[in-house]
Amino acid sequence: MDWMQIGSALLLGAMLVFLVPRLPGILRATPEASGKQWLAALLPIALVGAFVLLLMMLA
Amino acid sequence: MATFQPSLARSAPSVAATNRLIRNTYSLLALTLLFSGLTAGLSMVLAMPPMVHLLSLGGALALIWFVLPKAARSAHGLWAVFAITGLLGFGLGPILSYYLALPNGSNIVMTAFGGTGVIFLALSGYALTARRDFSFLGGFLFTGFVVVLVAAVANIFLQIPVLSLVISAVVILIMSGFILFDTSRMVNGGETNYVLATVSLYLSIFNIFIHLLHLLGFASGDD
Repeated sequence: MDWMQIGSALLLGAMLVFLVPRLPGILRATPEASGKQWLAALLPIALVGAFVLLLMMLA
Repeated sequence: MATFQPSLARSAPSVAATNRLIRNTYSLLALTLLFSGLTAGLSMVLAMPPMVHLLSLGGALALIWFVLPKAARSAHGLWAVFAITGLLGFGLGPILSYYLALPNGSNIVMTAFGGTGVIFLALSGYALTARRDFSFLGGFLFTGFVVVLVAAVANIFLQIPVLSLVISAVVILIMSGFILFDTSRMVNGGETNYVLATVSLYLSIFNIFIHLLHLLGFASGDD
């Protein structure tokens, strides 16, 4: 294991230490949504996925 | 006393404030992206080693966590934003140098650059024109991001190439969701500080670019 891997692990670990304690508060503050609202959000994200696949095929 | 203010009956100053927030955010975002490009170019000219990427990322995260929350509400906010984006751009230099040294490198970098621009403009345009409230995505996106971080830590030890590709693909989708989430927060009043809004959008763009580079590098057979 080289210094880059150790550094990456430490950095990602620090991000987890910072984010995980905040997660319950974020989940509590998140409102419920209907199926229609989820569709309005997930459809453009799925289109991004398709666009990335297209770019990978053209690369 | 609390007053009922439905979104359709927002007062004129409120709409003006939202428009000013959006204008300031995108202006600052454009300047920070330009500044990042300059610092990335400087880093490439100076032939910085790969460790600089990690050090810059660590410095930027420290500024985001410990300096930005206080500085964002003062005149020092702009300095903090340029320090963060300048550091992230400087750290991008070794990665760009690596990809540009590949046989198809300039094509990979330009495609990742253009692809990131298309994704950001399309999602921002959608969130700004639809004016939907995407605040319900918050828990889902943060949970997904934590899961991806755990997978990324695991893959440092496991070294599974397919897992690193899956992580990159998932990060792009999560950051796309964050663009919808952050833009909708600006439009619907969840975020009123253009410094914080700029940093949030910048980080989504930065992550999409890095992980698109990784996927395109793999797809072209050079990574």
